[in-house]
Amino acid sequence: MKILLVAEYRQGKLLDSYTELLAFAGLMGAESGMVAMFIAAEAAGPLPKFNGRLYLAEVSQVGEYNPEMHKQLLLDVVAKEQPEMIVLAHSSYGWDLAPRLAVALRAAQISEVVAVEDGLLVAPMCNGKLRRTMKSRGKMTVATLQAGAFSLSGEAAGVPTVVAVGGATSGKVKLLGYESAQQGGVDLTKAEVIVSAGRGVGKPENVAMVANLAKVLRGEYGASRPVVDALWVDHNRQVGTTGLTVAPKLYVACGISGAVQHLAGMKKSEFVVAINTDRDAPIGDVADVFAVADLKQLLPVLTEKLQAL
Amino acid sequence: MKLLVCIKQVPDMESKFKIGADGWYDRQDLAWRMNEYDEYGVEQAVQVKEQTGADLTVLCIGPEQVKETMKKALAMGCDRGVHIADDKSHLKDSYEIASIIAEFARDKNFDLIFAGMQSQDRGSAQVGVMVAELLGLAAVTTVVDFAYADGKVTVKRELEGGVKATVEVGLPALVTCQLGLNTPRYPTLPNIMKAKKKELLSVPVADLHMAARLQETVKIEFPEKKGGGIFLEGEVESIADRLIGILKAKTAVLA
Repeated sequence: MKILLVAEYRQGKLLDSYTELLAFAGLMGAESGMVAMFIAAEAAGPLPKFNGRLYLAEVSQVGEYNPEMHKQLLLDVVAKEQPEMIVLAHSSYGWDLAPRLAVALRAAQISEVVAVEDGLLVAPMCNGKLRRTMKSRGKMTVATLQAGAFSLSGEAAGVPTVVAVGGATSGKVKLLGYESAQQGGVDLTKAEVIVSAGRGVGKPENVAMVANLAKVLRGEYGASRPVVDALWVDHNRQVGTTGLTVAPKLYVACGISGAVQHLAGMKKSEFVVAINTDRDAPIGDVADVFAVADLKQLLPVLTEKLQAL
Repeated sequence: MKLLVCIKQVPDMESKFKIGADGWYDRQDLAWRMNEYDEYGVEQAVQVKEQTGADLTVLCIGPEQVKETMKKALAMGCDRGVHIADDKSHLKDSYEIASIIAEFARDKNFDLIFAGMQSQDRGSAQVGVMVAELLGLAAVTTVVDFAYADGKVTVKRELEGGVKATVEVGLPALVTCQLGLNTPRYPTLPNIMKAKKKELLSVPVADLHMAARLQETVKIEFPEKKGGGIFLEGEVESIADRLIGILKAKTAVLA
């Protein structure tokens, strides 16, 4: 199978996610030489390591985020290579670009692929409570891959044949700049114990229960996205894809259902305790202990008992 | 100025799902609500309406029951609703859904279209961008900050690892809304009453459904439980005692 991979370059750096695309290509039976890759990057900078053709657009010319331009460059590569599959990371770049390609090519798009079974692509649905197997009706498929779902067994290796592509810059969307989250205050990545609050805390006052448990465990409290979005907890305590990636000795998830984005930020924790009333919550996939209980009842009791130790 | 916001009705994600006879998840016995991402879209659209006096239409595809969700959008401040009546919308793929919306919007000259970044049930993050592509509009995805001034939209896109990108786009355009973009308002009782009098037009999907689907769902199933973790159930006192015992035995944090 011939596959076109779309690598990412952001804030002057080649993103490692390209190795996940290569791992997927290997799994789909793409041989060396059957893999082409596209990237808008600095030709003089580090480039993806693989064997195949690398279509390289100079980033100073085509920009890091210029979806219309990148789409057009990719469509030219597609016309030349005639791949059966176009693969991107399921990231802010990938999910932005993939549907544009799918519409232009009238190709099926399968988003956030987590597995390949009998040659078919599988993606989660309903917050990971279900999984869906999909099949393209046409000759071409555009797929985006869930971060971390595929990985190479070794280091990426090889030297691609670089084919320079480019064109006059166009596009209605203009990238003005980047900003990073304000740092400072607490650094959750250094905590040995993290107790995190999820939507299940119900109201802002209950965050204190989570913070109290963190305190008796000599750790820090964190939160999942909905709690941060509701402004109950500061953004610098958010665990997950768009926040922090943590790996403490103990992670206690309180009222956190376990959306993929949250799991990505904490699944490397050494020991995970989940407290949730929903026994089927996907947080169970990574929990060593799952307390099926209402955190509002369990946390005060647990904190008191720990204090008395 | 004319605005459109596209919303979807989804099941509450805390629901206990079952596989239905039609191969999708069983739609019986579920609690339904507005897709969370779309709530941010509705709120942002209403804010632009309040800022500019624009006219705001809310669109939703689905069976009769989605009108309940549309009423919430009307109570939040949309001027009128367009319900595209389709009992089988859940079996259509993203491209078909986008084509239906594009077909409706094609001759309406909307200046700004809002959509959720993805739906909570499918999570494919495709429909919004596809609508824009089919209409030849500029699209910006994953927006967590939005400002409109002088015919231009300036937004912040949320990238990974706490980074945001500031992006500017002229009208007409489509934006897809990420969680946390704003604080969606709760409809007040007077506004709920007012919403009952607002126009809610129903269009049969057959009038707009021109595109053929590009993909098939082979099956929907429950994932294998990977956990292998210990479940603690019962009285909280006993759960707490057992949990402390496990933490003492398996971790060093209580040492």
